[in-house]
Amino acid sequence: MTGGTELDDGGKADRFKQLALPHLDSVYTLARYLMRNASDADDAVQECYLRAFRHFATFRGGAVKPWLLAILRNVCHAAYSESARLVFGGDADEATALDPIWREQAETPEQTAVRRAETDTMRRLIGDLPAEFREVIVLREINDLSYRDIAAVIEAPIGTVMSRLARARGLLRDAWVAAEGGSKRR
Amino acid sequence: MICDEANVLLHALIDGELDAGNAREVEAHIAGCTKCAAALRVMQDLRKSINPRALRYAAPPGLRRSIEGKLPTSPATAASRRAAIRGFAVGAVATALAASGLLFVVTRNDERRRVLDEIVSAHLRSLQGQHLTDVASSDQHAVKPWFNGRLAGSPPVVDLTAQGFTLMGARIDYVDAKPVAAIVYRRRVHVINLFCEPAESQAESSASMQSLHGFNVRSWREKGIHLWAVSDLSADELSEFGEKFAAALKQ
Repeated sequence: MTGGTELDDGGKADRFKQLALPHLDSVYTLARYLMRNASDADDAVQECYLRAFRHFATFRGGAVKPWLLAILRNVCHAAYSESARLVFGGDADEATALDPIWREQAETPEQTAVRRAETDTMRRLIGDLPAEFREVIVLREINDLSYRDIAAVIEAPIGTVMSRLARARGLLRDAWVAAEGGSKRR
Repeated sequence: MICDEANVLLHALIDGELDAGNAREVEAHIAGCTKCAAALRVMQDLRKSINPRALRYAAPPGLRRSIEGKLPTSPATAASRRAAIRGFAVGAVATALAASGLLFVVTRNDERRRVLDEIVSAHLRSLQGQHLTDVASSDQHAVKPWFNGRLAGSPPVVDLTAQGFTLMGARIDYVDAKPVAAIVYRRRVHVINLFCEPAESQAESSASMQSLHGFNVRSWREKGIHLWAVSDLSADELSEFGEKFAAALKQ
């Protein structure tokens, strides 16, 4: 980046905000699933956006979302490797976060209870997947990325994306069946 | 095509990632292979259990503000800020760094003041005309379900009659161009509008009391909800309301 006058920075920042901030929820969602608690996710997302802004000059067009998600993923991996807080179980924070009195949708209390239980279960099951499978599930099913974009985010060939996704869905399905079998019969 | 291949490719088929030729090949294999057909159904069922909207997380508003605050400001804002600083005779020696720090504080305060303005305006609007409540009921079990389908959530409605605050009903209002729940209570002749919107962040914040145009506004955050109680009640009584409401929520 040349210059560095206030005007340049301001204009650059405006353009960056315009392009990057609309993806905040997607970035935050991936952060929540990768970091597995709200405050670590907050930190990772902030770091991601600041890092993305610093590297914005080298961003040569293309899709912003996968670019941001790739940066976030690197931030999360770095955070994991420098701390021993790599958790394999759910955390306390998650438990409270998933029990808001403000419900997501309007429905009868019975439907709500069932849906919330299902959502909670699914969140937990996805969270329990090994990281390399968890990220492809979140990117595909929740953040709705194409295989090509997922490949860009996880820096792997499309073939790898495909086989990892197949394996991830298999694992998730087994876990889902086990959880359903444990709680109720359909 | 062999089953091992089809087992991976059927995911690409579900995801619409195959071109027409490959899709036809996979479909042809599945049509002739009961095992792979079953596998396809299983995966389709799994995807039905995944509700992307429910599984998403919304970034807390504070996070967005914090990120915006850490990025440089636009030239227009920066220029007017410089003019303002000259106007206030802070001095031409103010460094750009100090100036930008100042702006962030000012912007945040402006933002808070703007929301406060809107809360009080909404309260005033509700007292004029015939639109205090969309649903008039002192029964929390009638008021709470009324929000179903009207808001992307079900706000907290609690009965505080025993505590001296009568539930009058509720309506949808708009603050910051977003629909929010307004729950209406009354103490004697004083109306209390309780505005709430999901905060997403579970962080609780202690209550702050502010006063604007003769109205008191108590704002706080708990259980993932941002709440503003506004009334012409005294600050003490409004605090009492807030505390009773919070206590009832915890039950």
